[in-house]
Amino acid sequence: MKLEVLQFELNARKVSVRVKPDATLLDVLREDLDLTGAKRGCGEGECGACTVLIDGMPVDSCIYPALKAAGKNIETIEGLGTEDNLHPVQKAFLDEGAVQCGFCTPGMILTTTALLAKNQSPSEEEVKVALSGNLCRCTGYTKIINAVKVAARNINKL
Amino acid sequence: MYWEKYLKVKTLHEAMEILKLYQGKARLIAGGTDLVLQLREKKKRVSVLVDISDLPELQYIKEEHGQIKIGAMTTHSQLAASPLLWEKVIVLAQAASSVGSPQIRNVGTVGGNIVNAQPAADTVVALMALDAKVVVFNNDGGEEKIPFSELFLGVGESKIDPTSQLLKEISFSLLPEMRSSLGRLARRKALALPILNIGIVLSVNKKENRLHEARICVAPVAPVPMRMKEAEKTLLSRKLSDELLISASKAAFDAADPRNSKLRGNTAYRKELVRVMTYRTLKTALATRGGVGDEAGSITV
Ligand code: FES
Ligand code: FES
Repeated sequence: MKLEVLQFELNARKVSVRVKPDATLLDVLREDLDLTGAKRGCGEGECGACTVLIDGMPVDSCIYPALKAAGKNIETIEGLGTEDNLHPVQKAFLDEGAVQCGFCTPGMILTTTALLAKNQSPSEEEVKVALSGNLCRCTGYTKIINAVKVAARNINKL
Repeated sequence: MYWEKYLKVKTLHEAMEILKLYQGKARLIAGGTDLVLQLREKKKRVSVLVDISDLPELQYIKEEHGQIKIGAMTTHSQLAASPLLWEKVIVLAQAASSVGSPQIRNVGTVGGNIVNAQPAADTVVALMALDAKVVVFNNDGGEEKIPFSELFLGVGESKIDPTSQLLKEISFSLLPEMRSSLGRLARRKALALPILNIGIVLSVNKKENRLHEARICVAPVAPVPMRMKEAEKTLLSRKLSDELLISASKAAFDAADPRNSKLRGNTAYRKELVRVMTYRTLKTALATRGGVGDEAGSITV
């Protein structure tokens, strides 16, 4: 099978990778680039575990053809913070206990950063709508919503 | 392998040339939020995908001479964020905000939703009530206009053939004193297929307190979204009153013939739903921009 060259910007670095023409963006991130932060939950665009940001917008990478991403700017959880220097949204999720098994967390955090980039003080309803494409089987959402509010406050203080 | 080649084109012309070259083996892809799954499940087959979603000449929402024109590759998020639509065409803004989830809305396009022809697609129900038309380019260089009423042939089947045709634009006229609303019932607010979608567009005659025009589109109660012609006629027959809305809703109930569905409920339930939701959505539509009803059942717009 003929591989195609895919070029895009990934976590602020230019990347060029050879991909199968029918690979999804999630396949390429996880299998070819070893970025396993984005998770495969349903694989069908229903759960948001595979969320990445494309040009700043949350997208389900499991149904996004990899070659569609050519020339775009992709951000994954790996690009957000480091272990000693967490992004404020990551820190808020930890501090507020918004993480249990953690499977939904990368997607939740990326969706949250996209929301807060557009809207610095979202209402509870706005948070719920923004996160409506990210399912969590553990937390019951209360702590996640709380963490988003805390993150918003902390970012505004910076 | 689900497809062999994935080509992102830079111009409309290039897209049409590729379709011509591959003679039915290539098809257009927009956001792909439905198509990728259909190809994976082998519900559709294709060798070459031609991605037109990034063409700027297919992304716009504008008002021109009393018409709204929308480029086919406008995403649901773009529609849902349009102040123009929220001000003048609420039913479409609501429909676009109801699609899937934010992740799906950021990628899925209005044109893709139309060509894919799912029986209760939110924006399709709204556009049908808006009496919209589409402009389609053929690969012989010709162009045609198709009204929504003729666009859908059956479940998942529209008149537009994405292996040889490109949906360019969707347009519809604004009506005098236009009021509109979408009624939607689903198991949950996000990521749930509608059990019932109702798009209503009205043009009110304030002086006489009656309607100039009324359009009701309901789905899914048939393989393709359905206009409720009897109910629409009823609405134009007299001055506005609660009783008039009740008889129109009854007419919609009589016309709807949904089948028993494990997903959406049985026929009796779904017919009753058509009645109740037609009534409620009519009320909401009338209440946008100032219409009010009182306890005694009179309605003033
Ligand atoms: S894994 Fe992509 S939405 Fe569930
Ligand atoms: S923490 Fe387990 S799914 Fe959300």
